[in-house]
Amino acid sequence: MNGLRRAGTGWAFIGPSSLIILGLSVFPAGWAWILSQQRWNGFSRPRNIGWANYRAMADDEALRAAVLHTAFYTALFVPASVLGGLFIAVALNRRIRFIGFYRTCIFVPFVASATAVGILSNYLFDPQFGFANSVIRTLGLPAQKFLEDPRQAMVVIAVMTLWSGLAFTVVVYLAALQDIPADLVEAATVDGASRLQAFRYVVWPQLTPVTVFSGIWQLIGALQLFDVVYTTTRGGPLDATQTIVYFLWEQAFKQLRFGYGSAVAYGLFALTLAITLVMLGYSRLAKVRAF
Amino acid sequence: MGATRQTSPPAASRAPRTARAPRRWRLPFSGWHLVLMPLALLFATPLVQMVLSSLKTNAEIRRFPPTLLPRDPTLSGFVQLFTESDVLRWIANSVLVASCAVLAQVLLCSMAGYGFSRMRFLGRTGAFVLIIATMMIPTQLLMIPTYVMFSRVGIVNTLPSIIVPWLTSAFGVFLMRQFFLSLPAELEEAARLDGCSAFGVFWRIILPLAKPALATLAIFTLLGSWNDLIWPLISISDDRWFTLQLGLANFQGTRRTEWQMLMAGNVVATMPLIVFFVLAQKHFIATMTFSGLKG
Repeated sequence: MNGLRRAGTGWAFIGPSSLIILGLSVFPAGWAWILSQQRWNGFSRPRNIGWANYRAMADDEALRAAVLHTAFYTALFVPASVLGGLFIAVALNRRIRFIGFYRTCIFVPFVASATAVGILSNYLFDPQFGFANSVIRTLGLPAQKFLEDPRQAMVVIAVMTLWSGLAFTVVVYLAALQDIPADLVEAATVDGASRLQAFRYVVWPQLTPVTVFSGIWQLIGALQLFDVVYTTTRGGPLDATQTIVYFLWEQAFKQLRFGYGSAVAYGLFALTLAITLVMLGYSRLAKVRAF
Repeated sequence: MGATRQTSPPAASRAPRTARAPRRWRLPFSGWHLVLMPLALLFATPLVQMVLSSLKTNAEIRRFPPTLLPRDPTLSGFVQLFTESDVLRWIANSVLVASCAVLAQVLLCSMAGYGFSRMRFLGRTGAFVLIIATMMIPTQLLMIPTYVMFSRVGIVNTLPSIIVPWLTSAFGVFLMRQFFLSLPAELEEAARLDGCSAFGVFWRIILPLAKPALATLAIFTLLGSWNDLIWPLISISDDRWFTLQLGLANFQGTRRTEWQMLMAGNVVATMPLIVFFVLAQKHFIATMTFSGLKG
């Protein structure tokens, strides 16, 4: 009886959250799996077509292009975000004048929404009157088309998402740097290591878990790029910024292909999971414990 | 936590210990300023430009080369924004969504976190493991079924459809549980002996102690719900129920050339968060660190 009452009280506390979380994740995830084996536009009767959606993905040129664009963005964003974040964190990890000002300037873009980032990208990189071209012209180089050029658009998006997203890696690295005992570095310098050597052999190994973690974290985010594409190029020019999630969104909510969209979503899930596991496995092999 | 705390000495301002070629002169300040000052200005430029150009006329914004400061500052962009669009309504919608989200998460996540950390009962571990496992599921996977589900219930294209997904979160439950695990148990035991009910203990004793964690959770939820774009974009088609972000994002299509208005809207949408960030920087950084280290 006592156990029953305890369970009642306990579930009164965890019930509401559990119900909402499971109802809005496990249940829809299961439904998406069923949908991914159907052809359905939301109105007519859904038709079971087995693995046909997944087979269609393999032959879909547009999807393949979207995967390539996403891979290109990821290759730009993730290394830059990890290395840039590390560099800025090292620079910020000291007690000098104006350090509070520097930190605020570098962290503040983190609160900018995808809409704000998008509008600012369109503004700063406008081919006619943008600041970026103004700087480039001052340097004596020819004006660029940026977001209107299929070869440059994704680079501009990477630059602007780095601007707002870098603060995350910086903060994580900064917290890790401050957990490294100062006498560790001190001891190395006393033993004759240069400052660079002390960083390479003493500080860097201590940071590896953070590097693996923030790398995976930013990678997952990069594979899901959508918002800033929507607020800048809407997938263009010539589909050059069409990413996986943008493709998924168009398939599902513009073309009303709910079944195919769900299959693409499961494909993305599998891809994310696979890359994460490979990265974790690799870091395990390299004797690094990230989690 | 607390990136403002520093344990390492200012390495760069110290005289180098290693033997090097003797230097004739030294900078009168730390060399890191030469790195940090340009970086800080580079990072600040877009937001500063956003504010400055919201005070320019459309003609001045479209001039090349761009002017740095507005020649004759004007509020016409803001006037145009508030008179020619439903922005007031969108602000109200966004404020409503964000406040419901923050209040609900603070209450529901802390209740669940308390239950998971301080009570022992049947099904507790199983439910917790299940909730943590859901953090692995990407939201893109859930969009289509959630949309279908919500349209069957009849809340698609209404504000509740964007509030419901924010009512609670696995991340918030996890955050609060971790916090409550670190609190000493004696406090509640004393209160229980005094005849307080389980909810009384939670409400009067535990919740007031949880303020730092609640601040982290509230900021996390505020940022997420205020800035969210993809879900309102999917669920809302009637412009009466647009959030501020969705309304502004749609300007990009319809009023792409009216820059003064776009910039004014951008200032209205971003400035509150910037001011809030500068005032509560410590809590923001704690939030970012925690969301980074939760793994």
